[in-house]
Amino acid sequence: MNKVIEIRECSAAYGENAVLHKVSLTIEQGELVVIIGPSGCGKTTLLKMINGIVTPTEGEVIVNGEALASCDLVALRRQIGYAVQGAKLFPHMTVRDNICYVPGLEKKMTAEEKQHLAGRMLEMVQLPAHLAGRFPRQLSGGQQQRVGIARAMAADAGILLMDEPFGAVDEITRKGLQEELLSLQEKTGVTIVFITHDIDEAFKLGSRILIMKEGCIWQEGTAGELTEAPRDVFVRKLLNR
Amino acid sequence: MQILQIFWDRRELFITCLLEHIRISLTAVLCAGILGILTGILISRHKKAAGVVLGIVNVIYTIPSISLLGFLIPLTGIGNRTAIIALTVYGLLPIVRNTYTGLTTVDATILEVAEGLGSDGRQMMFRIRFPLALPVIISGFRNMVVMIIAMGGIASFIGAGGLGVAIYRGITTYNMTLTAAGSILIALLALVSDRLLSLAEKAVNRRYGIE
Repeated sequence: MNKVIEIRECSAAYGENAVLHKVSLTIEQGELVVIIGPSGCGKTTLLKMINGIVTPTEGEVIVNGEALASCDLVALRRQIGYAVQGAKLFPHMTVRDNICYVPGLEKKMTAEEKQHLAGRMLEMVQLPAHLAGRFPRQLSGGQQQRVGIARAMAADAGILLMDEPFGAVDEITRKGLQEELLSLQEKTGVTIVFITHDIDEAFKLGSRILIMKEGCIWQEGTAGELTEAPRDVFVRKLLNR
Repeated sequence: MQILQIFWDRRELFITCLLEHIRISLTAVLCAGILGILTGILISRHKKAAGVVLGIVNVIYTIPSISLLGFLIPLTGIGNRTAIIALTVYGLLPIVRNTYTGLTTVDATILEVAEGLGSDGRQMMFRIRFPLALPVIISGFRNMVVMIIAMGGIASFIGAGGLGVAIYRGITTYNMTLTAAGSILIALLALVSDRLLSLAEKAVNRRYGIE
């Protein structure tokens, strides 16, 4: 198997506050790794280290064989999709322009190219094509979230980083989005790192689950492994929630 | 009635003054607009410089306009040029401040996503930050335009043209109607400009999907 993301003994801090302590993690091509843990455990920081928004204070991050410390970050980020809670679409751009944002950073796209790409991506996230001309505020939360995923994937990124992407949508919509994400991953073989604080979501999606606590990876394994042999009472509590 | 009468009787004076007023204000608006927006962009990237620059434009703003004109006379003489410089300097505060505020108050998570998706510095500024700040920048621009037009009235005290000429002449010849007529024209010019800019603002907001 192909190592796509390697995090080697990385620590991170915001000012004086240490948030990650010598975390190591290797993710292979096509995995869907779910990170779960209480707020403040460092899961978002870990995710942001993969696309270089957070720079580790020590250790090394290697993505697609390139060390983040020495590579062209902007170019690398264009190969990494990024979706966050609440979608955070660009409010001054139509759905079409939001979806075409990343490819449009590389080269100027014609109107037809944009229309074509937006249509293809909207179909992939199961939204009607006529939404392309709408502005984000005209969409429901679930629709915005889908567009957020379409935007993250539009550049044919091999890696998708998702930070509680389904946190702000209702239960039914979330179930639907989870199913779609799974089928999407099956179709495209994209490597996904997914953060959640919902253990059911973690079990449903994750081919591997990382439980984080206080800036460390506390335990990792498949859903079965975790339920079978939880490391301690913290993990047991988290699983039985 | 007297005022309407005077508009008709002295129409040539008023038309000349009005056109001159528009010309002076427009020049100052362009200078202050370009300089102010560029300054705003620059200081939004250098937080340390921002405090200093905003402090300076604030202090300039507190100098009474008449004394600023006085200070400028030994440097640039009398006439339109000095008036334009003074109006430009005054106009800087609202546009610099609003450009800066607009650019630095864009939702941080949106900026982080834009960065995470692979925007470079220029793209961050011109595709995300600037367009999102545009409504705030335009409202500063409106402020600036109204202020420059209104303040243009005293430019005639240092020998510049514009509607101040009519007002000044009214004062010195004890002709209150003439003074009132000049003032009304300035107010109208400011109102009409503000109205037009508010239309432009609405168009931009529609274009960017902001209500």
